[in-house]
Parts: sequence; structure tokens; C-alpha cells
Amino acid sequence: MIRKIYMLISLMLVAIFALAACAPATTPAPKKVTIEWWHISTLDPGKALWQTMANEYMAAHPNVTINITVLENQAYKTKLTTVLQGGTPPDIFHSWGGGVMNDQIKAGMMQDITPALDADGGAWRNSFAPGALAVYALDGKNYGVPWDMGEVAWWYNQDLFDKAGIKTPPATWTELLADVKALKAAGITPISLGEKDSWTGMHIWSYLATRICGQAKFLAAANRSGGSFTDPCFVAAGKNLKDLIDLQPFQDGFLGQTHDEMQGTFGNGKAAMELSGQWAPGSESGQAADKKGVAKLGLFNFPAVEGGAGDVTDVMGGGGGFAIGKNAPPEAIDFVKYLTAAAQQARVAASGGGIPVVKGGEVGLTAPDSKADPNMVLVQKSFAAAKYFQLYYDQYMPSEMGGILNDAVAKLYAGTETPEQVAAEIEAGAKQVFGK
Amino acid sequence: MEIPDSRRAPRLSRNIQDNLVVALFLAPAFILFIIFLIYPIFRSVYFSFFSWNGLGPATEYVAFNNYVRILTDPVFLKGIGNCIVIVVLSLVIQIPLALLLSIMVGRDLPGRAFFRSIFFMPYVISEVITGIIWISMFSPDPQRGFINALLILIPGIHAQNFLGDINQVMACVFVVLTWKYFGLHMLLFMAGLQNIPREVEEAAMIDGANRWQLIQYITVPLLSTTIRTATYLSVLGSLTQFNLVWIMTTGGPVNASEMMATYMYSHAFLRFQLGYGSAVALVMLIFCLIFSVIYQLLNRRPDPLSGI
Repeated sequence: MIRKIYMLISLMLVAIFALAACAPATTPAPKKVTIEWWHISTLDPGKALWQTMANEYMAAHPNVTINITVLENQAYKTKLTTVLQGGTPPDIFHSWGGGVMNDQIKAGMMQDITPALDADGGAWRNSFAPGALAVYALDGKNYGVPWDMGEVAWWYNQDLFDKAGIKTPPATWTELLADVKALKAAGITPISLGEKDSWTGMHIWSYLATRICGQAKFLAAANRSGGSFTDPCFVAAGKNLKDLIDLQPFQDGFLGQTHDEMQGTFGNGKAAMELSGQWAPGSESGQAADKKGVAKLGLFNFPAVEGGAGDVTDVMGGGGGFAIGKNAPPEAIDFVKYLTAAAQQARVAASGGGIPVVKGGEVGLTAPDSKADPNMVLVQKSFAAAKYFQLYYDQYMPSEMGGILNDAVAKLYAGTETPEQVAAEIEAGAKQVFGK
Repeated sequence: MEIPDSRRAPRLSRNIQDNLVVALFLAPAFILFIIFLIYPIFRSVYFSFFSWNGLGPATEYVAFNNYVRILTDPVFLKGIGNCIVIVVLSLVIQIPLALLLSIMVGRDLPGRAFFRSIFFMPYVISEVITGIIWISMFSPDPQRGFINALLILIPGIHAQNFLGDINQVMACVFVVLTWKYFGLHMLLFMAGLQNIPREVEEAAMIDGANRWQLIQYITVPLLSTTIRTATYLSVLGSLTQFNLVWIMTTGGPVNASEMMATYMYSHAFLRFQLGYGSAVALVMLIFCLIFSVIYQLLNRRPDPLSGI
């Protein structure tokens, strides 16, 4: 027995010396590594761009093979859950952060990449906008990094605003209601909404809540740390929304229409405004009959609500990121580092496929050959200026709670519940989901 | 004559051999059936006692809590209500309509082959495509929606919201379900009509029965087996209806067209409450089983034609 151990040790010593001896001369051929990468950019230019970047990385690292799987949004969620159930997450996969990602982290499916972020004096960490990076962190540890982050804001049709005699976009909620009335008086549908996808309407409610309740009250309620969704400020958000709904500002049949149809209505110039994320320019033109969309597209941030605790610069939004699976090799993290370098971020921005989150990436938005909508610069600027960045409420909380929130707010739009009842329903749902 | 023992032995083993062959031929189907149907049902029973989001093993045991929540959730009760509405409407409108058409088309309408094909065509189209076609038919924008384009031609009538209106959506869903499935029932009835002997009808006519009496006393009673089959299919189809409703409305607006199956899907696969979703699936299964048992008990009467 002892002889065997001696032999093993001596063999190991020989091996170490042998390796050490040849190391300076010829580096040993690096191990072959395969990286599985799942993303949801099903359309070009995004799809082609990711493939190009993967090819570049593989050319520079001949030992690395990157297998890309492209899935449509809903199919992706279902398939990811299946492989996570099997305990074999992809090495790199798309993530929106928030509650869904937290569940995946708690199930032990993801890899803590904080050491990689902090390496070299935190060089990688410091390249990100902090608000965006925090979306992929739980308890101070990062399990992924963002590549796109934007804000939800009001997009408007300048020509229709002119027709209704609206000179400047509204700065307060009262002004917005007045503008809605002016648009209606001019025979224009003020707002396009796709409430069949109930998160579209929830965004208006949750932005009002952000403006009225502010950061502290929302986080206290959502994290179950002493707050409640029945707090008067959430009821007030519902009441303000009801003031808008009572003006009947939406297109006919909006309760039965999808987010795509909402973008189509706006893109076809049949409605003057929509509350949408940074994908609006691409989406409204893609859904428009002429594929060009609104000729003079404008953007204004969600107006201030008089007396609200939130600041007008507070931003609600979200985006996409790369989550790192628990079994990912170090090469996967290195590849993600490559994908989120400023140069690559600028290319993504120039393709019109996202708002860069890395310092230096924003030059892509304004580059001469940039395909990005000019308004993207506004999105990027207000995002970068926000002191408080809030991930979409339904994404911030677990998906079960997100569903409850969306369904409850939908009842305001259908007129089947009062703001008080909606707030009570959300609170009851939260009690059930979180157990407190 | 004496049968030699040597011939008796192989005959016995031949019997066993035959059984073995039968078992072997059945085995593949049976094994697949167990793996993909029986086993998952028992897994669902297991998961239905947990609060489980599909990640990692199910650990949070909640006993019958999921079932209590389902049966007290007004949205699920609404789903049951909507299913019952569809069942009743199908039995009162869809099946009599199919019967009427099959009697017309199956007998002496000129060009009946043409009508038969036309009426059966909706059933051949996939449910998803049907849903998408009808979404655009029901579009609230008269420039895009065929029905509204017709409606606004009538003076004094405005374009309707149809699928976007909580009071109209169920009617719209039922119209589409009827359009899609009456062809199937019509075909069943036509097959049944073929089995009715001509002599019986002729005898009734000689006895002086008019057209209506003929249908009432001869055709419908002799079709009773087919009618029962159609009823069974229709009720089970209504209880488990998913595709069309999900495509057209996703159960909305605000649960106005919620079915048991859409409720299950949205909880299991959108909110990822897989334990809860499993429990909903089992509740649905139990409802369907209860209906099947009641149906079997009520249908002990033999078929008037074959006596079975």
C-alpha cells in the first residue's frame, strides 16, 4: 500500500517536472472546449451578429467550439425550464434578470461570476453601468451580465401631436390627460395598447406606482420587508390610471389585442402614443403595413405625478443579458467578456439591436453607419442618468407574482374592479406567493 | 379414436405460444402507453402535492393546499362555468344543427356531395389556423375584419369589439367552435343514416307518416347510438377545449373566456407553478372521468338496430 502511494507521488513529481520543463518551450495544446449558448434573437441583424461574433472568437481560440441555439421567446422559456429541471443548464443563456433568475440561482443552476468581474482591479465590473449590472446580481453576487438595457417610455407620433395642436410633450400626468383630451377632440386615438398581453397595460400602472410610491415603498412591498401593495400610494396609482382609462384613450378592441397589434396600430399612424420599451422603433416599423412605421417618431419620459415620492428621472425598464450556467467552463466567461467589450457593444448598438450598457458602447448609436433609431440616444442618456433604476415589476418579482400583478391590473382596464380592489388582489397574491 | 399423448403436449404449449405472441405484439404499444401516459399521470399526482416552480426537486410539500386553492379560485370556477356553457350550447345548438344538416345533405338535396365537402372542410383545418383566421374575421377594425366590414354596411350599427369585449367573447368562441366541429358531427350522423334500413322508412311512409313524423319516430330513434356518441365526443371536447380558445383569446379579456385547460396552461407554463398546474390537470381528469362514468351508467340501453 505504502509502496503504491510512494509510486504515485514520485510519478506525479516526474510529471510536474516534465510539464514544467516543457512549459516555456511549447505551451501544451489547450483542452478542446464546447460552449452551449442559447439566445432569443431570432431575427437579423441580431441573429447574424451573434453568429459573427462567435465565429470571430472561435477563430481566435481554435480550441473553443461555440454551439448556438436560437429559440423564440416563449419556446425558450419552456425549453429552458425543462433542461434546468434536468440539471443541465446551457453554459450561456439569455436572461432578463430579476425574480425568474433569482429562482434559477436558488435552484443552484447558475455560476457565481463575481471573481471574474472583480479580477484586474474590477476592470470588467467597472466597464458596466452599475444599474444594469445589478439586475443580474443576487445578494451582491453576479450570476450574469447585461448586454442591453433600456427604459420604458412614451413614444409618440409628432405629426399626430401637431394635428392636435400639442406643442411640447407633457411633463406632468395632468398635462398628459389634457393632451389625451386634445387628441380625442381632434379625432385621433390617443394611445395604442395591447392588453391581451396584459403586461403592456401593467407598465402604465407600475410607472405610475414608481412615480407616486417611489423606490422605498415599492421595494418594501415587493421584497416583503414591511411594505404592502395596499399602501395608499398603490391605490393612488390605480386611481390615476383610472382617470386615464375613463377618457377611453385606447384603440377599439384593445382588450383583445396583442403587443404586436399594439405596435402595428401605432406604426400605422392610427394612434398617437404608446408606452413601450427600447424595442419600440424596430417593433412599430416591423408591424406597420408599409414596414416603415411612424415618420416622425418622438420620445418623452414618463411624466411626473404631482405630489409623488418618486423622482421624474427614475427609470423603469429592462433588457437582455447573458446568464452563466453552473457547468460553464472558464472559456464561456471569457467569451461573454469578449461579447460585452466596448467594441462589440458598439456593434450591437449600431445594428439597432440594443442599448449598450458598457461605457464606450454608446458611440455605436451615433456612428455614421448606425441603424439605431435616433431616439435610442435619448433612451441611453436617461437610463444612464437615472438615480433609481427599477426592473419591470413583473420581471423583478417571481413569475407567479408577475402573472398575478398583470392579471389584477388588467381588471382596471376592463372596468371590472376598482383601484382599491386591484391593490387588495395584488397584496393577497403576494401573501400567497411569498407566504407573508 | 385415441389421440396420442405426443400430440396433446405440443397443442398445450402452442396455446402458451399463442399467448406469448399476443403479448409480444402488444408489448411495444403497452410499454409506450405506460411510459408516456400512465407514469406521467402518477408523477402529476405526486407533484400536485407540492408547491414547485419546476427548478430542482420538488421539496415544498403543501398537502391538499393546491386543490383547496383551485376549487376556491373564482377564476377556475369561471373556467368551469364557461366549459359548462360551451357543453350546454353544443348540445342544444351544435348537435341538432349537425343532425338537421346531415338529414338534408345525406338524402335528397341536389348537389349534396358539394355541400358535404364544404361542411366538413372546417374540421380538416388545424385548430391553430382556424383560430388565426377567425381573429382576423373578428378584427374590431372594419378595414381588416370581415364581419365588422359587413356590419357597418347596416345603418345604425357600429363596429363591434368581439374578442376584445368581455360580454361578446364567449359568443364569438362558441361560433367558431360550432363552425369547426359541426362538420364532424354531421359526418357521424351521415354514417349512422346509412345504417338505417330503407324498408323501415318505406313501411312508415306506407302507414301514412309524413316527413316530420318520419324523422321523429324513425330516424332519430334509430340514430340514438350515433347521437350518444356525438354527445360524448362533444362534451369531452368542450371540457378539455384549449387550442382554439388559447389562440384566439388566451382566456381573456380578464378571464371572460377562461377554460379549465387555459387556466391550467397559464398557471403551469406561464407562471411556472408546475405543482399547482399538475393539480389543475388532475381536477380536469377527475371531471372527465366522472362524466364518462355517468355516461356509461346512463347508456346501458342497447342499440335498437344491432341489439348490442
